[in-house]
Amino acid sequence: MNYSKPEFKEKYDNYINGKFIAPIGGQYFDNTSPIDNSFISKYPRSQKEDIELALDAANAAKQGWENTSAAERASLLNKVADIIEENLETFALIETCDNGKPIRETLNADIPLAVDHWRYFAACIRSEEGGATELDQHTLSMNIKEPLGVVGQIIPWNFPLLMLSWKLPPALVTGNCVVLKPAEQTPASASFLMEKIADVFPPGVVNIVHGFGPEAGKPLASSPKVDKVAFTGETTTGQLIMQYASKNLNPVTMELGGKSPNIFFNSVMDADDAYLDKAIEGAVLFAFNKGEVCTCPSRILVQEDIYDAFMERVVARTEAIIQGDPYNINTMVGAQASNDQYEKIQSYFKIGKDEGAKVLVGGEANKLEGNLANGFYIKPTIFEGHNKMRVFQEEIFGPVVCVTKFKDEAEALEIANDTMYGLGAGVWTRDAHQLYQIPRAIKAGRVWVNCYHAYPAHAPFGGYKKSGFGRENHVMMLNYYRQTKNMLISYDKNKLGFF
Amino acid sequence: MNEAIISIKNMVAFLIFEIMERVTITEAATTVLEELKTKYGELIFHQSGGCCDGSAPMLLEKDEMYLDESDILLGKLHGVNFYMNQDQFEYWKHTHLTVDITKGRGASFSLEIPLGLRFLIHSRLFTDEENEILNKKNT
Repeated sequence: MNYSKPEFKEKYDNYINGKFIAPIGGQYFDNTSPIDNSFISKYPRSQKEDIELALDAANAAKQGWENTSAAERASLLNKVADIIEENLETFALIETCDNGKPIRETLNADIPLAVDHWRYFAACIRSEEGGATELDQHTLSMNIKEPLGVVGQIIPWNFPLLMLSWKLPPALVTGNCVVLKPAEQTPASASFLMEKIADVFPPGVVNIVHGFGPEAGKPLASSPKVDKVAFTGETTTGQLIMQYASKNLNPVTMELGGKSPNIFFNSVMDADDAYLDKAIEGAVLFAFNKGEVCTCPSRILVQEDIYDAFMERVVARTEAIIQGDPYNINTMVGAQASNDQYEKIQSYFKIGKDEGAKVLVGGEANKLEGNLANGFYIKPTIFEGHNKMRVFQEEIFGPVVCVTKFKDEAEALEIANDTMYGLGAGVWTRDAHQLYQIPRAIKAGRVWVNCYHAYPAHAPFGGYKKSGFGRENHVMMLNYYRQTKNMLISYDKNKLGFF
Repeated sequence: MNEAIISIKNMVAFLIFEIMERVTITEAATTVLEELKTKYGELIFHQSGGCCDGSAPMLLEKDEMYLDESDILLGKLHGVNFYMNQDQFEYWKHTHLTVDITKGRGASFSLEIPLGLRFLIHSRLFTDEENEILNKKNT
């Protein structure tokens, strides 16, 4: 089945204080589709004064929103989930158009998962209880969770609606108001969402402001009117946001990417069965979302005695990938999100080859025909080399994986942990001891065992080392958007006796 | 006599070190850099890593970022210092970098983004001779 480019309005505005309003300076930027470089629509090029407007609206709304009941907030989250679900196909098309990812991914992964995150956090807040401890017969310690106030969120472009749905629900359901800036590469689904849910929340509770990082992102991240900043992106901006937060003594959470190892022990080839088939797919998942995933399994580590046989299957499976028109339901790998990503990936092809990495498959751009000739397509690529090569150490953010072999468990761990990052990892084995011990020894926040690229709302996600800190998803997320009020209550009528 | 030869060799090595560089910039990128210098004043490059717009250089106002001895100064490009954090440098130090510019749209705070442009890095391996001189004390 073939889909086609969805319809867009001529231009979109910011959503502030419950209204769609033009940027104060009147400037807009053109948003284009990486599929064919065609025009999508105009989005606000907001400046500091637009951010200020949104922050003032959020601050004015916070007392009222905090005082709503958990039941009410949860029900509004469920309403958003229902609305996204009712418009699932349109959201999927918008996401495909704006980001370049294949429609089969947006229909089956991005949008359904986004729906589930809204529902999950609605459920969390309803089932939660606070804490009360009788410290002695006259003294009660009560912990009441209170929202932080106003949260600034800056989200990335690789899963636009899903990342919005990771960040907004836990902040809103805990009683915070939010100013969110979508990535300037992919503003479309956030604007479409606000049009659909414009009447759901009270004015000022959710505010969406579009614009460029230095002009709109920085004023949001550095404003003293914000009580917390949550950021997903790269390390330099992460460091800057932490600096700004230090001036305001604000908490931050950071998700900054990785260079995730995907480790295959020799037992995966003990039988040629469904499990081996799954393991091979697990290796090829580097091409999921054209590799534009923070946890892209971009390093494959294979035990040396199965290396040749296993890689033969992985290369064959990679060669079978269908790349092409993202609107075609059979397409597996679409277009990179922007021209600069496209250029960057190709610069890594050059340095990879210079360093002596061997191209097992791919290794170049994919020049497609017709209007797709203007899009940004990269062939799924496997490099063979060693872990000190730069292609093994840097996040390429493309459908590019680097493979190397290891002798034993110790060497597998040494290679896996020889990286600045620690976001994700994969461990594939039929050995019951390895299933537990290897993941425990890998310094990463998420280790997939005999699976990869699953992101359920109910499992915490986040980084070790330079991949950041703080977690997303899971009920524990609620406390990243709250502070604890401890009430220490005495039921003793007698004085202390000091004075 | 031997000492004289050694001191001449050291001098030559020093001169070569002066000529050799870790980082350079293309003409097209220089034009954009100069434009932004005029607009913002003193600037620095900081090489980013990680997710999304990572693995690319960020152009920032000079005092925007807190820098210390863990940030390695790789070179100066038309008066603009180019820095990289020490741990990243350990993986990059055997390669020569060229800052270039391309059409694009980053989501970071880099100053060229509103122009619809992105700085990016092209790399090549250092020659044995360059490695000998530039990375001697590190190896």
